[in-house]
Amino acid sequence: MSKFKYDIAFKAVVIGGSAGSFQGITRMLSEIPDDFEIPIIMCLHRLKHVRNGFVEALSLKSIRPVVEPYDKEPIKKNKIYLAPSNYHMSVELGNTFSLSTEDMINNSRPAIDVTLSTAAYVYKSKCVGILLSGANKDGALGMKRIKDRGGVTIIQDPTECMIATMPEAAMAITEIDHVLDVQNIISYLKGLNKYLKGIKV
Amino acid sequence: MQEEIEISELRKLTEIVKEHRGYDFTNYAMSSFKRRILRVLELGKFSSVEQLIRKLKEEDGYINEFLEEITVNVTEMFRDPSFWRVVRDHIIPNILLNHNTVSIWHAGCSSGEEVYSMAILLKEMGILNKAKIIASDLDRTILERAKKGEYSIKNMDLNQKNYIRFQGVGNLSDYYTVSNGKAIMDKSLIEQVSFREHDLVRGMVFNKFDIVLCRNVMIYFNQTLQNEVLKKLHESLFKYGYLTIGSKESLIWCDIANKFIVVNNEEKIYKKIRE
Repeated sequence: MSKFKYDIAFKAVVIGGSAGSFQGITRMLSEIPDDFEIPIIMCLHRLKHVRNGFVEALSLKSIRPVVEPYDKEPIKKNKIYLAPSNYHMSVELGNTFSLSTEDMINNSRPAIDVTLSTAAYVYKSKCVGILLSGANKDGALGMKRIKDRGGVTIIQDPTECMIATMPEAAMAITEIDHVLDVQNIISYLKGLNKYLKGIKV
Repeated sequence: MQEEIEISELRKLTEIVKEHRGYDFTNYAMSSFKRRILRVLELGKFSSVEQLIRKLKEEDGYINEFLEEITVNVTEMFRDPSFWRVVRDHIIPNILLNHNTVSIWHAGCSSGEEVYSMAILLKEMGILNKAKIIASDLDRTILERAKKGEYSIKNMDLNQKNYIRFQGVGNLSDYYTVSNGKAIMDKSLIEQVSFREHDLVRGMVFNKFDIVLCRNVMIYFNQTLQNEVLKKLHESLFKYGYLTIGSKESLIWCDIANKFIVVNNEEKIYKKIRE
């Protein structure tokens, strides 16, 4: 019996992270099941003018390579996406990505709020938002949007975070469904995948 | 502050702008267009989309202000320095093998940073006088700014870093003087440049070029509009001319992708091979 309740076929898992999130992310990407089929959409704060290296580093231990989508790229199952450097990444109706070079938001481009909010808009209740360790408040508003549209909100347990500002900012403005350490986020995602595969959880 | 806009409201707004002001935003990418409208509402202290629509309809001059806010004008000099190195080391020399002059179109030039980058590049190659450059944008306010070539010193820091990565022969500061917290670009750089008001969506094809730079412009359009605009860009190129787009844009999903070949995939440089 799982400690989590699953009753929705989610369309996307959207993850935001900043300072101190890299280790947690790489653990998640390596420990989720090989057949994890829900698209994982990540927006992580990163160096603006370094185009290469990050996606390769994330891919090293990941169950499958992480890709930085092109503008208007269709979002597909069995894929792990990362917002490219120096672009905001949005989810569009019709289930494609679109990129933009608009001003920085919360001093960030890519901004987590942009990815989370647009995913919330498109996927409504079928969206899981996960916010990890980070040193500013980017992502908090996006988590609120996910909650407001009926999605599921998860933050990394602040006591486990290297810097808890980001998840705490989210907690301050919206309801958080689960406060979990990385190990339990992985369990949650495993259960989600099982549920989708139609196996009794 | 308004947090969300209904699609029906956006449709109504784009219809009014199209009908009364002659600009067509129908096929702009939804998420960024919505963010821009929310921004306009906030900056202009509008209480509703309806109020904004009324102003667009009733005040003739307001459209210019609207265009300025709605278009994204965030750019850098030598953005993606490795791109500019390829232009200098491969693309321009290739064009000069067959042509005595180089004709260049900056489609959607915004505040002009890219135009000055190109001029500096050409000057350092010693061929600025062989270039004919057209820089266009639909927003006349931003075109004026491009012509003026005055940039906040704060931004020059990043531009300077890009220029160093580009490996220019001198110093970026050789090309501007500083006054009142602004970097004022050397006017001789743009003697060969003609600035022109032009809307990629509704404008006609007006010339042929060796290179068209349209970087991070089509990302604001949906797939339908991208296809239409790409057709115009294609028509605006000489056979074997070069099209350059942003580093995370792709022609893969476009109807006429097969009329181009990839010259440099990392820097997103394409060559027209079919009429």
